Amino acid sequence: MMLVFALFFLLPLLFVTIVSAWDYNEYEMIPAFSLRGYSDTFEGCIADLPNLCTILKTYLKTLKLCLLTWVLTLLIGFTVAYFLAFHVRSKTWQIVLTLLCTIPFWTSNVIRMIAWIPLLGRNGLVNRGLEGAGLIHQPVEWLLFSEFSVVLALVHLFTFFMVVPIFNSMIRIDKRLIEAAYDAGATGWQTLVNIVIPLAKPGIVIGSIFVITIVMGDFVTIGVMGGQQIASAGKIIEARLNALQFPAAAANAVILLGITILIISALTRIVDVRKEL
Amino acid sequence: MTITAALELVQLTKMYGGVTAVDAINLKIPAGAYCCLLGPSGCGKTSTLRMVAGHESVTSGDILVGPKNVTNLPPADRSTAMMFQSYALFPHLSVIDNVAFALKMKGVAKVARHAEARKLLELVDMQPYAARLPSQLSGGQQQRVALARALITSPQILLLDEPLSALDPFLRLRMRAELKKLQRELGLTFIHVTHGQDEAMALADIVVLMNGGQIEQQGSPREIFNHPRTEFTARFIGGHNVIAVGPETYAVRVDRLMLKRPNEAIAGPSIAGVISEVEYQGTYVRVVIAIEDRSEISAQITETQFDAANYAVGERVLATWDPIQAHLLKTTSSVTARSPEKAA
Repeated sequence: MMLVFALFFLLPLLFVTIVSAWDYNEYEMIPAFSLRGYSDTFEGCIADLPNLCTILKTYLKTLKLCLLTWVLTLLIGFTVAYFLAFHVRSKTWQIVLTLLCTIPFWTSNVIRMIAWIPLLGRNGLVNRGLEGAGLIHQPVEWLLFSEFSVVLALVHLFTFFMVVPIFNSMIRIDKRLIEAAYDAGATGWQTLVNIVIPLAKPGIVIGSIFVITIVMGDFVTIGVMGGQQIASAGKIIEARLNALQFPAAAANAVILLGITILIISALTRIVDVRKEL
Repeated sequence: MTITAALELVQLTKMYGGVTAVDAINLKIPAGAYCCLLGPSGCGKTSTLRMVAGHESVTSGDILVGPKNVTNLPPADRSTAMMFQSYALFPHLSVIDNVAFALKMKGVAKVARHAEARKLLELVDMQPYAARLPSQLSGGQQQRVALARALITSPQILLLDEPLSALDPFLRLRMRAELKKLQRELGLTFIHVTHGQDEAMALADIVVLMNGGQIEQQGSPREIFNHPRTEFTARFIGGHNVIAVGPETYAVRVDRLMLKRPNEAIAGPSIAGVISEVEYQGTYVRVVIAIEDRSEISAQITETQFDAANYAVGERVLATWDPIQAHLLKTTSSVTARSPEKAA
């Protein structure tokens, strides 16, 4: 167990960190200590102040997409989990409906993304439908290859990662606690805020960690749904790799890892996940 | 001074699909009484309590608290409070926040509601534990917190769903005494669901014995114990032998049964059998007698009586009783006794 962990996680991570501190030129990397990977990444950031440099803008954009996706997956995931845990009474139906949620996972990520294109495109189903209904006179441009389509696809892909841990937390809430709250005069909303959400917190945090780590590092969805026009932290790494600038890619990976770890440690501060498991 | 209200159930019925759990029961409980709903599992006692609490919808009939018909009101508007089986304390809230929960829902400010909660914690002697979480308390302590939480809304009727079943036998006796003391001091109406007849006898002013969704018999513990009307009551309440004499069935208390050797003179009715077991119980000796048709009756005799006769297992004896001590029951039984005429 420890060996697998060391071999497939710690060692690659160590290599990435070492390589990030190597020197490089246009076509090869040079195994000598240099912080060029980092300094190139932040090139012009101080000179351009108060305007934001490319890297900061990119990270802000990534954070924004991540935040939007997180909020939406949380709202939808929480609602679905609540419905499954509290409104579906029989165990059989709970299992059937949960399995139903997994059906989209029978096809690959990319296919599920591409499936949106005929729907949202210039001459797609949505635009045709709106035109046919006389609501618009020319196709709506922001439906596809925009932040909207990126967030839509991300939410579509990752909401299930929110549903499962939250459902798992909720199913363990003793139903008598809900009755006890009702007995004490709590309204449905008060019960949700005072009892259900606090007790579902571990699930919420675990689901959030899943979604945030995936979205922060994503470049495929943002690439496909953004029409290769939207920059993100993941896409910077991809671009550097394509340019064979491995130390710079590694430096960006280390920065991204650092930021993601910061977000997660902030989240785990809210709830001690280990204690709650 | 709390105003206590009488509870009245009128033709109260609960059906689950086609199954009748509670069958048109009528019940009046005077203010300030300690009432035990007693019966085997599935008799409808818990459904009745949950209907009174407002956690179960009523199929038909009415529930009245004092002059107010509460049948369709939410739990918090009924002047009742429920103490749940295994307490259902909120695991993420401290003891004081658990107790103050109902006030928080009403929008009472934190300082005021904590002050009120502290008073109730004092009442149940749990003040030092205010900051703890429920998981850090013992079973008895959890029960006290649950009591304080139920009492904070100043209910007129406290509903307790098998409150002692989660405790070990020793603690059960102690908490039982505490419940009774608290009820006496507060003067509230307590309705306590239990399947233990000893619990009901020790606590209740009124025992309501239920069976098959109906009230089998109600009255003070002494009335029920000394005048069981049906075979079910006699058997459930314990301490009775159900004996058939000709076409009629009687209940005879085990401590009213007298044992005679076959050669001794007998005044009343009697039943013959072989001693199958002798158990020394300290204050008394329990003698089990096997009757010809393989049923058993038991007699409780004092240690002195036992020593005088010195019965042994396998010995033939006659069990006899004073006819005044026998209570005619509604249903028949399998144990058949010889009528006095035949015995004589």
